[in-house]
Amino acid sequence: MTVIDVARATRSRARLDPALLASLAAVAFFLVAAVVPGFLSPHAPTALALDEALEPPSFAHWFGTDQIGRDLLSRVIHGARESLLIGFGAAGIAIVAAIVLGTLAALGGRVVSAVVSRAIEVVFAFPILLLALLLVSILGASAWTQVIAVGVSTAPGYARMVRGQILSAKNAGYVEAARALGHSPRRILTNHVLPNAIRPLVAVFTMALGQSIVWASGLSFLGLGVAPPSSEWGALLDAGRAFIMQAPWLTFIPGLIIVVFALAATTIGSRIQQNLEKGE
Amino acid sequence: MTLTSSTETLTTEPKPGAERGGRRARRFLSRISGAIVVLWGAATAAFLAQAALPGDRATAIFNIRAGQAQERTPAELAPIVDAFGLDDPLLLQYLHYIGALLRGDLGTSYQQFRPVWDLIGEQLGSTLILTVTGIALAWLVMVSWVTLTAGRGARLKNIGSAVDTVTASLPPYWLGILLLLVFALWLGWFPVMGGGGLAGIVLPALTLAIPLAGFMGQAVRAEYERTLDQPFVLSARMRGMGDLGIRIRHVLRHASLPAVTLTGWALGATISGAVIVEQIYSRPGIGKTLVSAVGAQDLPVVTGVVVLVAALYVVANVLVDVAYTLIDSRLRTS
Repeated sequence: MTVIDVARATRSRARLDPALLASLAAVAFFLVAAVVPGFLSPHAPTALALDEALEPPSFAHWFGTDQIGRDLLSRVIHGARESLLIGFGAAGIAIVAAIVLGTLAALGGRVVSAVVSRAIEVVFAFPILLLALLLVSILGASAWTQVIAVGVSTAPGYARMVRGQILSAKNAGYVEAARALGHSPRRILTNHVLPNAIRPLVAVFTMALGQSIVWASGLSFLGLGVAPPSSEWGALLDAGRAFIMQAPWLTFIPGLIIVVFALAATTIGSRIQQNLEKGE
Repeated sequence: MTLTSSTETLTTEPKPGAERGGRRARRFLSRISGAIVVLWGAATAAFLAQAALPGDRATAIFNIRAGQAQERTPAELAPIVDAFGLDDPLLLQYLHYIGALLRGDLGTSYQQFRPVWDLIGEQLGSTLILTVTGIALAWLVMVSWVTLTAGRGARLKNIGSAVDTVTASLPPYWLGILLLLVFALWLGWFPVMGGGGLAGIVLPALTLAIPLAGFMGQAVRAEYERTLDQPFVLSARMRGMGDLGIRIRHVLRHASLPAVTLTGWALGATISGAVIVEQIYSRPGIGKTLVSAVGAQDLPVVTGVVVLVAALYVVANVLVDVAYTLIDSRLRTS
């Protein structure tokens, strides 16, 4: 890298573009909502007001009200904790499984790496939703099942990524240089290959978080996840479906929240990835 | 940019002569063995899933059938143990399962005591029609959008790829509701409840098509812009061919290869997306059967769908290989 390239890279990293700023703001808002929902929500999420049932969005109720007059904005804010916990849990399971499987596939002995690689490819061939449904039918529908089902079903995609990262790190110039300097294979692995293969996973985890929430909400939407009294975003969406004619905002808004969160997480993740690539 | 792209294509071009034939044979064999591994993996996973049902399986099956949850006496359970061969060692059960699958028998539903194939088979046609329509629409949308926006300056390119990214990440449950609200409830162009007619399939198919189009668009756009810089495009321009003609006849042909691969891979995802879409539009199809089977832990039905999707995946990938050779004449054997 020449001096000019370095200067250009640092300058462009320092500049924040509007899409990234908006994404960071959205994720920060939902994180605050998950930790201290009472701080942001204008009403109690369970406050009934039967005379205000099924009201469209207004100044008093920004997101409208549901069939028993509960404020949808407050419910969305209070649902953030459960939605994000499910998302973090599932993304965590997926990434940990991906690191273990991807490392075995890339660095295991001949037989181990062939078997694990093949297994990853076979499972990867299956649609995520179908795998998740299979796991739900074994374990029974619940929030925990949702975490496990989404985490396990999305793991193969990330495992392929980890495997690719390790293989490309293994063949990189600096590894060759370390080998030429006579460093031991173990030292090369722990000091050079793994750090370079695992660093991009920060970006992948951020994206996985958004995707996990999308898949988990899909399960709730089918009535196979968290059940409606909860205000998890997918459950809100499912509960709103019965009123789609009279009160379309009850489905439109929770869905929009899920999409906004997923897009924000993806944007932040891909920006981290770009910066990591630029830095190398 | 031009320099790197032309060297990239050079390295991916197949080598001429006998080596190419040998490579094709090896590729073919590895494809066949890959297909068998996928099918066997699916069947084994299906069997293990059934065996992994928590608790005593005979009791579980009895309770699923009766819709209750209580202890049963051995006398009550005897017919079920008998019917499902639950007394056999696991390995024998596994061999029985694989043997039955090879004869096209997907097992018996716990809930309804009917063959799984009957339950799924009567619904499968409707789901496949929706899936295939969705994929065809996805191609139409993707090709039009990329042809309109790729290689026409930075601004259009940015708009084009931003739309690709956003649409690719739209979950079907929200997109389906959005289309339903706008086009069926608000504008009244299409019926709210699916219905069997042509008008009834448009919104469900679009729900499947739009994210798939965005997903394929992401892969095609880069290739499309690279292909626009290829020497054969320049030579077509020098022959006096119009821009649109070049884009469709030459550029699209090469740039569509990644989308062909993705289509084979996305078939399964589209079928499972159809499960959600069928729920939104109350369309007939495997969706309702599958969702109620998952809810009731009726595993033979769920695993039946898994095995079927695996089989369709394998067929789709054979078709993808054929399509590859038809599209890219460089891959054809002499």
